[in-house]
Parts: sequence; C-alpha cells; structure tokens
Amino acid sequence: MLDYDFMRTAFLAAQLVALVCGPVGWFLVLRGQTFASHALSHVGFAGATGALMLGLSPLTGLAGGALAAGILMGLAGDRVAGRDVMIGLVLSVAMGVGALFLHLLTRSASAATALLFGDILGISPGMLGWLALLSAGCLMGLGIMARPLLFATLQPEMAEAKGVPLQLLDVMFLALVAIATAECAQITGVLLVFTLMVAPAVTVLRLGLSPLAGLGAAAGLALAEAWGGLILSWYTDCPTSFWIALLGGAGFLLVGLAQRFRA
Amino acid sequence: MQSAAEPAQAHLSKPRAAPESISLQDVTLARGGRVVLSQISLAIPQGSFVGVLGANGAGKTTLFHALLGLEPAVQGSMQINGQPVRRGHRAVGYMPQMRKLIGGQFTGWSMVASALHGQRWGLPWYGRAGRAAVDAALAAVDAQDLAQRPVAALSGGERQRLLLAQTLLDDPSVLLLDEPLASLDPARMRETVERIHTLARARNMTVLMSAHDINPLLGLMDHVLYLARGKALLGTVDEVITTKALTALYGAPVDVVRAGGRVFVVAEGGGSALQEHDCGGCVAHA
Repeated sequence: MLDYDFMRTAFLAAQLVALVCGPVGWFLVLRGQTFASHALSHVGFAGATGALMLGLSPLTGLAGGALAAGILMGLAGDRVAGRDVMIGLVLSVAMGVGALFLHLLTRSASAATALLFGDILGISPGMLGWLALLSAGCLMGLGIMARPLLFATLQPEMAEAKGVPLQLLDVMFLALVAIATAECAQITGVLLVFTLMVAPAVTVLRLGLSPLAGLGAAAGLALAEAWGGLILSWYTDCPTSFWIALLGGAGFLLVGLAQRFRA
Repeated sequence: MQSAAEPAQAHLSKPRAAPESISLQDVTLARGGRVVLSQISLAIPQGSFVGVLGANGAGKTTLFHALLGLEPAVQGSMQINGQPVRRGHRAVGYMPQMRKLIGGQFTGWSMVASALHGQRWGLPWYGRAGRAAVDAALAAVDAQDLAQRPVAALSGGERQRLLLAQTLLDDPSVLLLDEPLASLDPARMRETVERIHTLARARNMTVLMSAHDINPLLGLMDHVLYLARGKALLGTVDEVITTKALTALYGAPVDVVRAGGRVFVVAEGGGSALQEHDCGGCVAHA
C-alpha cells in the first residue's frame, strides 16, 4: 500500500489535516458553533468553484471563501453566528452560487464530485506543501489562543470582566475554523467536513478529559479515523470519505455504549 | 448618612479607619441610552459587606458592569482601591449570574482552572504553582470533593461554589456577586451568604452582593445599597430599610414591616413604584 506515491502522499495529507481538525473541532463543539463551520465549508464550495472558473486552484478558492465568511461571521457576532436561521440562509445562498459556477464550468461533473466528497488520492505533492503550511499556521494560532479561548467559552461574562477580548477571539477562532475547514475539504469533501472536524471532537468531549488532554485526544482520534479510512478504502475499494464518516459515527456510538454500560 | 430626603448623596454615617474600597462621585450610568442611575455618590470602606437591593432594572447589574469597567459612566468618576475603574482589574473578582452550563462534562477542577490567568495567551497549561492555586481556591469554598466530579452532575449550589472559587483565584480585594442567591432554595441561600461572609472576613474583602430578597442577608451584611428610581441609598439596614427612607427613595408610599425577625418591604395599595418581587419576602415567608 505504501509502495505507491499517491498513497504515501494521501497518508501524509490525512495526517496534516487530522491533527488540525481534531483540536479545532474540539473547541468548535464546545462553543456550539458546529453549524457555523458547516456553513463555512459551503461558502468555501462557492469559492472553490469560482476559483476553478478563474483557472485558480480550488484550495485557494475554498480557503479564501471560507476565511472571508468566517471573519465576517465573527465580526457580526451573535447576530449571525448564534442564529441557525441566518447560517442556514448563508449556507443555501453559497451552495446556490456554487451550483451556478459549476454549471458554467465545462468539466463540472468530476470537479463537483471531488469538491463535494473529497479526493484524497488526487492530492499532489505540491498541494502537500500548502497543507503543511496551513496546518502549521493553524496549530500555532490555536496554541496561542487556546487559554483565553477556553476561558471565554466556559465563562464569557467572567472572561470579559478579566479583560479577555471576546470578539477578537471569536473572529480569530472562526478564521482558524475556516482554514481548517478548507484543509479538511481536500480529504473529506465539502459535504463531509463534519466527519473529521466534529465526529472525533464530540466523541472525545464525551470522555470528560481535562482540556489539554482532550485537545490531544481529539487530534489523535481524528488521525486514527483518517488513516483508518484510507486503509479500509485501500482494501475495500470504497471511497475514503465513506470510511472516515463511518469510523467517526462508530467511534461516537462505541464511547456512548461504553459509558452506558459502565454507568 | 445624610438625610434620607436626598438619597442621591448617600454617604456612610460612620466612616471607619479603613480606606475606601469603592468610591463614586456624581456618577450617572446608562444602559441602552436610558439613564439607569443618576448622579450617585457613595463610598464603601474596605472589608465592608454590602447587600445591593432593588427591583429588576433598578441598575444593579449596570452598576456592576460600570465597576468592572465594561461600560463607561455617562458622567462622574469611579475608583476602586483609589484607582480609576478599568477592565481586567486584578483586584476585582466578579461572579456573574448562573446561566446555561457550557462544558458540563469537565470536572470541577478543570472548570475552576479554566479561569486561572485565563486572559493570558498560550496553552491552558497551569504548572505546579497554578495547580496549587486552583487547589487552594477549591479548598477555600470547601469544594475539594467536587474537584473530580463532572460539573453537569453537580447541584446549583455546588456549581456556584465552583464559580466562587474561580473569583478567588486572583486573590481579589473586591468581590462583585451578581444575584448569587437566585435559584437556590432558602437553606442554601443562608449557607451561601454565610460562606461568602466568612471568606470576606478572613481575607478582608469588600463584597457587593446583589439580591432580590433582603432576608438571607440580614445580620451578616454591614450595609445596604438600595437602588430605585435612578437613585441610590447606602447605609446600615436600620438606616435604609425604614418606611421613611424608602418612601423618600421611591417617591411613593412604601411600608417596611418587621415580623418574626424578618423584614418586608411592601408598597401601599400595591403602588406601581415597587416591583412585585421586592415583596418576595412577603410571599415566601408569609
């Protein structure tokens, strides 16, 4: 399996993405902003199709679109980010625009499938460099803001009184989520960003670990699910995204069942 | 204290030798463009335990926000420990009202620790000194037994002890407690006030505690700060909670009835000046 270049690239890409998606997703779930991240990936989809139309790389469009939407969402504050209806609206408009761009593209069918459901085996070594850069940036950003972000998430009023810049943190965090989403979409596709971003995080949060241990465990579980998906897809010839999604769901169920029986 | 007819100029009758912990000069506070408190002047000595009373919307939370530096005064100046109020003052501990629990799966220890220097950038890594500080804060509120339990499994009173422990982490000299008694049963209310009182005495902290009902605070608080109709009245219970003083403050007939060691503030003929819950004591203890 590892004799092939594209598989080695895929494993490396999965590692880079999973190590970011796990911890970012951990905060995302804790903050109750998972739907917002879902919307970001859809705005990213519109950005990616737009980029394809202009002859740019889809990752540029994905990251650019999601980043702009994330920052705007953070600036708008609770008026948007906390409202399901507003997010749903943004999401559907973005998807609609993406559909238009796809329609205008001539080679739309294969591009659409790759964007929506991921194409981890199609990741080029050049793309790997970009993923590494984005992942390093994300982890560094998260490392810098983790402490005040945790305080602001658990006790917003108290944090504000202690001088924590709530809105700045919100904008910074959503920008981070946008980049992580764009990375994740390379592997799982826009529609399945939840599988690496949310599934490992919810599973780990159920365990009641301390924050630092939880962040690490989320990264580890995301990595295990991403690599597991790759291996299973190699042996079964089913799409990687399918297996990652299935492993994510199974992990969550297993932890739930284990806790039920122990209690 | 000055005449009750001029409630805006509330000063303590017997200023102690203790330095002033909180002082306000001609402070006007607004919320959403509406003036909530106008031209309040008061001075609270270090170590004083103050019950902040008044109806919903009388300005209790607005006053706390102003003292925390979260909302600037429209007019006037405010000092804490002789320094102008500012956001993030280490000497000021703030306990907000309890609301929806976030992160209930964390242990009590993790929850308290999240507030330890939570304004600093970096990872939530606490080090030996940090862990000792969290342990000490938990011990101060007798919450060691809550340290390893998930917060979601705790009662309201237990969760509140954790909140109190969080406010103690920075070793504050002033505590602002926003409705800590809300949603507690009567026995827990008294227990909570006693716990805070003991802590405040031991550490010489100034405490401002807002409450709907005066009775759980009776006998423990040094002063009452009564807010109504944009004015404030500060003094001892005997000075402030009187028919004469409160009638002047509300500008409408208000009766103070003492019965069975309790105090009831009631509006004559159900006067509209008084909010219903000011009379909470009458309903709860009648």
